[in-house]
Amino acid sequence: MSFINKPKVAHPSLPKNALGLTRRQYEGSMSTLCAGCGHDSITAAIIEACWELDMRPEQLVKLSGIGCSSKTTAYFVSGSHGFNAVHGRMPSIASGANAANRELTYIGISGDGDSLSIGMGQLVHAIRRNVSMLYLIENNGVYGLTKGQFSASADIGSQAKRGEVNRSPPIDPVLLALSLGATFVARSFSGDKAQLVPLIKAGLRHNGFALIDVLSPCVTFNDHEGSTKSYTFTREHYHAAMEADFVAPQQSISVDYPLGESTEVQLHDGSRVILRKLDANYDPTDRGAAYAYIEGKLKHNEYVTGLIHINESSSTEFHTVNRTSQTPLNRVPFERLTPGSAALEKLMARYR
Amino acid sequence: MPSSVSAPDRVNDFVVKFANVNGTGSASANSLIMKTIFRMGVPVTGKNYFPSNIQGLPTWYEIRVTRDGHAARSSRVDIMVAMNAETYQRDVREVVSGGYLIYDSTWPRSTLLQRGDINVLGVPLAQLVNENFDGVRNRILLKNIAYAGVIAALLDLDLTVIDALLRESYGKKPKLLDSNSRALKLGYEHAKRHLSCPLPLHVKHLDKTRGYIMIDGNTAAGLGCVYAGATVGAWYPITPSTSLMDAFKGFCERYRVDADTGERNFAVIQAEDELAAIGMVLGAAWNGARAFTPTSGPGISLMNEFIGLAYYAEVPAVIFDVQRVGPSTGMPTRTQQADILLCAYASHGDTRHVLLFPANAEECFYMAVKAFDLAERLQTPVFVLSDLDIGMNDWMCRELKWDDAYQPDRGKVLSEQELASLDKFYRYVDRDEDAITYRTLPGTSSKGAYFTRGSGHNQYGGYTEDSTEYQFVLDRLKRKFVTAARYVPEPEILGGGDGKLGIVSVGSCDGAVREAIEVLARQKIAVDYMRIKAFPFTQQVETWLASHTTIFVVEQNRDAQLRALLTLETQVEKSKLHSILSYSGFPMSCDPIVDRIRASLAEEPRLSAVPAKGPR
Repeated sequence: MSFINKPKVAHPSLPKNALGLTRRQYEGSMSTLCAGCGHDSITAAIIEACWELDMRPEQLVKLSGIGCSSKTTAYFVSGSHGFNAVHGRMPSIASGANAANRELTYIGISGDGDSLSIGMGQLVHAIRRNVSMLYLIENNGVYGLTKGQFSASADIGSQAKRGEVNRSPPIDPVLLALSLGATFVARSFSGDKAQLVPLIKAGLRHNGFALIDVLSPCVTFNDHEGSTKSYTFTREHYHAAMEADFVAPQQSISVDYPLGESTEVQLHDGSRVILRKLDANYDPTDRGAAYAYIEGKLKHNEYVTGLIHINESSSTEFHTVNRTSQTPLNRVPFERLTPGSAALEKLMARYR
Repeated sequence: MPSSVSAPDRVNDFVVKFANVNGTGSASANSLIMKTIFRMGVPVTGKNYFPSNIQGLPTWYEIRVTRDGHAARSSRVDIMVAMNAETYQRDVREVVSGGYLIYDSTWPRSTLLQRGDINVLGVPLAQLVNENFDGVRNRILLKNIAYAGVIAALLDLDLTVIDALLRESYGKKPKLLDSNSRALKLGYEHAKRHLSCPLPLHVKHLDKTRGYIMIDGNTAAGLGCVYAGATVGAWYPITPSTSLMDAFKGFCERYRVDADTGERNFAVIQAEDELAAIGMVLGAAWNGARAFTPTSGPGISLMNEFIGLAYYAEVPAVIFDVQRVGPSTGMPTRTQQADILLCAYASHGDTRHVLLFPANAEECFYMAVKAFDLAERLQTPVFVLSDLDIGMNDWMCRELKWDDAYQPDRGKVLSEQELASLDKFYRYVDRDEDAITYRTLPGTSSKGAYFTRGSGHNQYGGYTEDSTEYQFVLDRLKRKFVTAARYVPEPEILGGGDGKLGIVSVGSCDGAVREAIEVLARQKIAVDYMRIKAFPFTQQVETWLASHTTIFVVEQNRDAQLRALLTLETQVEKSKLHSILSYSGFPMSCDPIVDRIRASLAEEPRLSAVPAKGPR
């Protein structure tokens, strides 16, 4: 953790976004995680993404469960409301909050314990319900606050700090989300900010449930030799299938993309994701192919990263299915919600 | 042939019980009979005793015709319509001496139907129906309507009323209307020809149901949620609460869908379990919507962790617990009041919750509205403790009224303008010294942003592990519960006694208690009555308990949970409280109350808390 609180006053020369805010104004309180924790890098990427998106802090809602990862919602965008729920139950809080106000942007931060063990049921059903939110798993294969037990994402053969070897197969959140029909599935690495920032931006703007699994090494309990979630192992085994660039609605494309190697996906708010394929045979819009590709690479301990699957045209988003009013439910005037005395009097005839 | 039950004084005052097989469509025949009696101006109660099963198990429906308007069930059965061979033996036993048994005489009478002291009336129902209708399923369904016709003749029910009801049910399906009318007539005419109609026990027009309706508590509660302006309902299906959400959804589809766009001003979310259901309610309420979940005991058990978070982080929530028989899965289709302590102290750590106790369907409507006002005013979960008897049975109650001047109490929520006028916003600072602090909704302004957490926090909303800071917040929450006592409904107090002897009760015991008080009064035993409507207990509850010297606590559970709560949360002397308990799973009748109080007074002063024998 860092021991010095930064001063609140920002240097006037710091760059400002379209709202006139500096990156500093997207920061939160001081992190209490271990120095070198992958999670802090992800926090930095979220701050960068929100700043670049010109996100109004009050438009963002931060949600989390319990665990090291779940603490991090306090470490970014202090101008946003945050909700630190109970262990593994953040998706239900997010679902209810989203039902009440469809206009806000929801970001949920979870960990591999929070999402793949105690909260597996809620994660699965939030995907099924296609609640519009960015759900980010800070995945380190280990329980930190309780001192180093394996989590459900630990790989077979991975060794714990005290020498124990994991023999149970891992639950891979990316394969899980793909099998459930998630409409935005990505994987990244906390050490690759260049890849992570555009993924977060695209995930925040996706119309539906966006899952990003971020490999985020635990420096205290899972960064040793023999671990398959250490910095060293991850750097050696992650494999970018494609790189994503996020282009805001009014922004023009400034990079020349080689013809035939890039795909463009338009998001519902008019922004675009440009996908640069590093593997010419990969098609992120083909869910079945994506699944087979990821699974094949996993067999060789290779983590495919990037925007693995996107389906922006799905009509299963929660409010679309529910036909919820465009006015957020928490702002519909009371007069439109209560049928009044005349209607009640009329209704009573049914019960006479 | 035994003699009939003595004639005139039993007109409009008797019980008819129907023994059926579930899944055969008997419910529509039974409610047709009940509704007819109700429309003839005669008060009725209907109790459905059904199995946790879809088809094939025994089920009973009991109609009490009660000219005096009693709300409780009666423990006697005057007329048994025995349509289930499997339960003949026990059904025959249940009939009061001199009463009537009606059975299907298509087949030879079972030896099980022998009993010298009752009148056994056979009607060849299956034969009548088989001769006149085709199709196995059709015949099964119409046999029920045929016995309704028999009952109509025996009880002298008004055929024009029955006809109107059939038209209301099947008006849009002429084929069904025709077959039902014909089946009814078959039974009616057969009875007229072969039996002496009407029986001495029969129905005569009265004018005692004007201004009243028949409605179940779950429907009334669901309607209350619509009127209260609830927009998010999350739930997991569980008997006996399911029909509450069905009602809410049905009313919303009628009142909350924009006619032009088809857009809906509500969201009903069927969650993956009760944990998720309460989580959704908290998320929605935290975000400024009125949100609720209906459930039953097992659901409350699952929700405990989240309920503690809502208490500590001060998030409003409305939870309907339609209580059923526990512990564990228990008897899902039987009634009890055994979740009182569970709800009062739900979740680990020091927690106490606001409870409302509706006594009937009418109060379910008004208390649903009240629950949202309390939850948002107090920023805490509020439980409406209904039960299966209230929730799923039809209750005769006054027509529901709505005051168009009603404005929801949204509690202390700061607007953008109010936030702008503040130096700084702190979530848990007690500015008004009523222990209720100000909250802000996401999306309002970044100045109002705060971090909601179930971990230790100080009054500024910051994380803390400092004892003083932690205790400061926890002590305020305790004071908030004192504030809550100022907002919750006062008890209903009925005099009539000497101010020393009294009954305390809650919820659906009400009908049985009131009837017991009438019975006792006729025996020159005058008893006061206090029906508690809410927890925390108000000053009036405390005063009443202090002034009475012998108090009977009537409730439907084994462990005297209301009595326990009274001893924990008021100054009352434990030795003054004597329990009358019913936990058979059937709604209470007045008998155990009358018997217990009479017996206790006879053996005074040795009063003890022995459970009374429940009916059956």
